[in-house]
Amino acid sequence: MNAIIFSAGFGVIMMFCSFLISNKSSYRHIAVVGLLLLLVVNVMETNGFDIFHINSYGMLSYTRFGLFFNTIAIGSTLIYVLLTGKDIERLGNYVAEYFTLIFFVLCGVCILSSYNNLLMLFLGIEILSIPLYILTGSDKRNLKSNEASLKYFLMGAFSTGLMLMGIALMYGGTGTFSLDVVRSQTGLYKGVSFLEIIGLLFLMVSMAFKVSAAPFHFWTPDVYDGAPGVFTSFMATVAKVAAFVAFLKLCYVRMTATSTAIDWQLLFAIIIITTLLFGNITAVFQQSVKRMLAYSSIAQAGFMLFALFSLNDFGSKGLLMYSAAYCLATIGLFAVLVKMKDVTFEGYNGLAKTQPVLAATNAIFLLSLAGIPLTAGFLAKYYMLASVIATGSYTWLVVIAVLFAAVSVYYYFRVVQAMYFKTGDPQTEPITGSFKIGLIALAAIIIIIGVLPQTLFNWLYF
Amino acid sequence: MPIQNYIILAAALFCIGVSGVLIRRNAIIVFMCIELMLNSVNLMLVAFSKMHYALSNAQGKGISESIGSDAQLFVFFIMVVAAAEVSVGLAIIVMMYRNVHSTDINFLNRLKN
Repeated sequence: MNAIIFSAGFGVIMMFCSFLISNKSSYRHIAVVGLLLLLVVNVMETNGFDIFHINSYGMLSYTRFGLFFNTIAIGSTLIYVLLTGKDIERLGNYVAEYFTLIFFVLCGVCILSSYNNLLMLFLGIEILSIPLYILTGSDKRNLKSNEASLKYFLMGAFSTGLMLMGIALMYGGTGTFSLDVVRSQTGLYKGVSFLEIIGLLFLMVSMAFKVSAAPFHFWTPDVYDGAPGVFTSFMATVAKVAAFVAFLKLCYVRMTATSTAIDWQLLFAIIIITTLLFGNITAVFQQSVKRMLAYSSIAQAGFMLFALFSLNDFGSKGLLMYSAAYCLATIGLFAVLVKMKDVTFEGYNGLAKTQPVLAATNAIFLLSLAGIPLTAGFLAKYYMLASVIATGSYTWLVVIAVLFAAVSVYYYFRVVQAMYFKTGDPQTEPITGSFKIGLIALAAIIIIIGVLPQTLFNWLYF
Repeated sequence: MPIQNYIILAAALFCIGVSGVLIRRNAIIVFMCIELMLNSVNLMLVAFSKMHYALSNAQGKGISESIGSDAQLFVFFIMVVAAAEVSVGLAIIVMMYRNVHSTDINFLNRLKN
């Protein structure tokens, strides 16, 4: 409860700051203070100290898993604001409002990690997405940004409609919105009703929209490409993994309960294969690094879907690991990308000569995304594949996943190749020393998690 | 009136909404179709709410006024969220209209290439 209330409250405070404080660069510092506070109160709650005692009548339930995910999400946002805060300021006149919306998105993230009722799932998803529609269109004069935001909005609202239909049908089948239905063997709600299955299918489609799993991924590249780079970074990381965590909980409770009626594993296997196929194969043919990262985020979503497929301890721990590894690496990549004047592959040519620190850290982030050993991304992928092996069925999925991971190495290494082995004159925005130190620290975190995973997992033990 | 009539009506409205979103090219009409989808859900929730109330009474589980009221509360939340979405969505459409002087979705193909 701490994180939900503090994030919403701080959003309001940032809104007041927009007219009480006129100095533009102080907004960023206030936001950093707010995020630090949020991190502290969330860690306090993880250790059993809750400031607010609000009875939510079973609508929210706080698990260690959810609270730990909150820590990862807030921590990634903090790193994101520290690294790209200056670029957010360059974007327009409404800097405080951008930070407000980021806080509201975090409020949605915290609801999604702790919901226990379909009403809260709906509200969480909406609190998460509506600020993102605005952030996508924040570059008002840019036609690409307008187009991306309208497309995102229409697709998002459509998938919300599908989700609501699913929730209504599930209510018709079970008579409650609570996730943990007591299924009596006699009387009215005996067994699994047909309505509940149809409702779950609707919900699955709408959540697949939100996490951009194929065949519902087509909005992703356009939106990620058109949105301002600083906000693509946030959208593709924190918002996406939060939708995954919500999806995981839904699968854990409702889909295992209905697995006698429908083979969810088969459905997820099909979704995983198509997601990996579309994401990886299309990413190979991209000319722009930003668009390549959009497709690669679809491909990474394919890997995260393994947690929903296998639904075991490996999977849920692996999802936390994956969200940490994926968020950190992608935030770092985008932090460098928004500094580049030209975001095509040619724009990176010869970066190692002019900006060796940027090139080296960028290479580490790319290695982590590709899943090379000694980085966090390797262990994350390892846990995902181990979870499939642990289920004992569909083990051939592992082979396919490894093959596609090999494909992904090709397009990640194209950037490394452009930076190190090609000559060119890359144009960048002026780069400060503190930005470089931030990048080095981020790369160090990724390697430390990769070499000593127990540092993360000792915390994570739940 | 039997519950089937309400469910068929809601499902029909929902299908009209979905097909409108998929077929129509005007952003505002697409948006109206999305609203139609949300309102069909409202209708269905209220119908199910009455159904569960009537069923629990008929089964003699003891008359409880609160059974089914959660769905009616859900309807209010859907209305509130839909209003928030309208405010954001219309702002986005107006922003696009200012730049291209059209609300046609076919304009949305610049990012493709």
